[in-house]
Amino acid sequence: MRDGALLAIRDLRVRFHTLEGSFYAVDGVDWHVERRETLGLVGESGCGKSVTALSVLRLLPPRTTEIQGQILFEGINLLELDTEQLRRIRGNSVSMIFQEPMTSLNPVFTVGEQIAETIRLHQGLTPKEAWDQAVEMLRLVQIPSPEARAKDYPHQLSGGMRQRAMIAMALSCHPQLLLADEPTTALDVTIQAQIMDLMLRLREEMHTSIVLISHNLGLIAEMARRVVVMYAGKVVEEAPVRELFHDPLHPYTRGLLGSVPWIGRKQTTGRRRLQEIPGIVPGLMEMPSGCRFHPRCPEAKEVCRREPPPTIHRDDGRRVLCWLWA
Amino acid sequence: MFQYVIKRLISTVPVLLGISLLLFVMLRMLPGDPAQVLAGQMATPEEVEVIRHQLGLDRPIHVQYALFLARLAHLDLGRSARTQNPVIQEIWARLPNTVLLAVLAISLACLFGIPAGIVAAVRPNSWIDYLVTSSALVGISMPVFWLGLMLVVVFSVLLQWLPAGGTGSWKHVVLPSLTLASFVVAFIARMTRSSMLEVLSQDYVTTARAKGLKELWVITKHALKNALIPIITVVGLQFGMLLGGAVLTETVFAWPGLGRLIVDSILARDYPMIQGTILVFGLLYILVNLVVDLIYAVVDPRIRYE
Repeated sequence: MRDGALLAIRDLRVRFHTLEGSFYAVDGVDWHVERRETLGLVGESGCGKSVTALSVLRLLPPRTTEIQGQILFEGINLLELDTEQLRRIRGNSVSMIFQEPMTSLNPVFTVGEQIAETIRLHQGLTPKEAWDQAVEMLRLVQIPSPEARAKDYPHQLSGGMRQRAMIAMALSCHPQLLLADEPTTALDVTIQAQIMDLMLRLREEMHTSIVLISHNLGLIAEMARRVVVMYAGKVVEEAPVRELFHDPLHPYTRGLLGSVPWIGRKQTTGRRRLQEIPGIVPGLMEMPSGCRFHPRCPEAKEVCRREPPPTIHRDDGRRVLCWLWA
Repeated sequence: MFQYVIKRLISTVPVLLGISLLLFVMLRMLPGDPAQVLAGQMATPEEVEVIRHQLGLDRPIHVQYALFLARLAHLDLGRSARTQNPVIQEIWARLPNTVLLAVLAISLACLFGIPAGIVAAVRPNSWIDYLVTSSALVGISMPVFWLGLMLVVVFSVLLQWLPAGGTGSWKHVVLPSLTLASFVVAFIARMTRSSMLEVLSQDYVTTARAKGLKELWVITKHALKNALIPIITVVGLQFGMLLGGAVLTETVFAWPGLGRLIVDSILARDYPMIQGTILVFGLLYILVNLVVDLIYAVVDPRIRYE
């Protein structure tokens, strides 16, 4: 990890206190994002990707969650800020887009007002200036006739338009870092492509670093430079995107890649069944001993059942959490 | 919108007709003879018969109803059998008292109930939540007349700060409105709490926090406006009920409102008075509901009326 990283997460542990007891949803996670970089964060549902992202802005309910470790944004530990200092970062230098544009926009305020609110808050503009700026943002995300759309309520927009509006809101204060949690999962495929194009373009224009959280490997391949793979609250592999796709080290990553349908694969590699990873992600209450992936791992050995695997840092900068490489 | 209001107002006519018909029939099925009540225990059968004729009660019921409707078309509700005053005049004299009490009670209830419900929802299962929810339970369960009497004992008898009943100054209205509010506040607090609890777990609340808004703004702007619909519903229903006369409270505090008027009229089998008052209750209830429906559309842009 380099010191110049924009965001560095060090040994992050997130514990949920529930009626059934306390559980770590994220258990010792490390990763970082460089300036102007897009990092892909991959894993199945329930692996702790979203929890990690929400912890960055401390958006998890404070009375039932406990966050340990360090989240360094430009060298400042966000976990040590008071609420006032944190508020100045939220939506301003670090902002977030969520999966479901239907439910993450407030239904009783106009789209323009929701964007202008952020601008007023962080840039101290007058209401009129902030509104004009909000309209400009809608224009930037290619919403047609933005003056009129700004006066619309979320239910009057289509899903794709809503996600564009969310992006406009997230980018309205020119953040240095954008946390995008499954930004296209709720959209249909053609709209997905448009939204990704838009994000790519805006990344170039605004020099924003992006953490792209997705279970969609195609999307990650297209957008990210580096990929972090998470499983059951831990980082199991990290690699530059090309290496990860050509030569996955962790059996889980291999499983993920094997379960993607590949058009045209039949001609080159012969008839191959679409693979699946047997079983499901373990619940927080029933974490297996040793390596958390061993019950689903085709290459599990005796040691995998007994002891948690070490993180192997390789010379080429890749890392993997697996006994196979120890 | 304007058209919608007109339509709704027109639709009150059949509703009121329905109410009047039901009322007309049910009143006459009640045991007790208005002519006998009016004439007194000592009256001869002939005297009772004369009074019955004066009241028009010797005619067939459908003729009575037709006459009633004919007069109603001229906004004439007839004369009270008891006082001989026009019914409209009697109602008109008491309506301001009832409205004053209802408005004060509902305002007090909102003033305390909504913030209490919000605080309870923001800190669920905290001591303040338990305080709010248990006070609400007490408020709902406590008989109004008992609370009214206790307030009288404390503030009128022991402390001698406030009059025990009647009208005349602002002091007279304090205890009855507090009594009524204590019941309504409990409903409003409970509804606010549950509605806010649901809204606070929505994604857009997280979005609002992620924008860097102050928590106070997140709650009072982004969450509360979404939580308002059920709260408005409860406030509207309770307000409609309060306008329908708070019989017990008005009795305890000798408050000259519609609640006592209707009870006195029922005891006297004063048919015209009962009919008139109930029709006014019905009209008020319908109007409150219309206003509530219009407020829905103001609060939630997804609600539109054609």
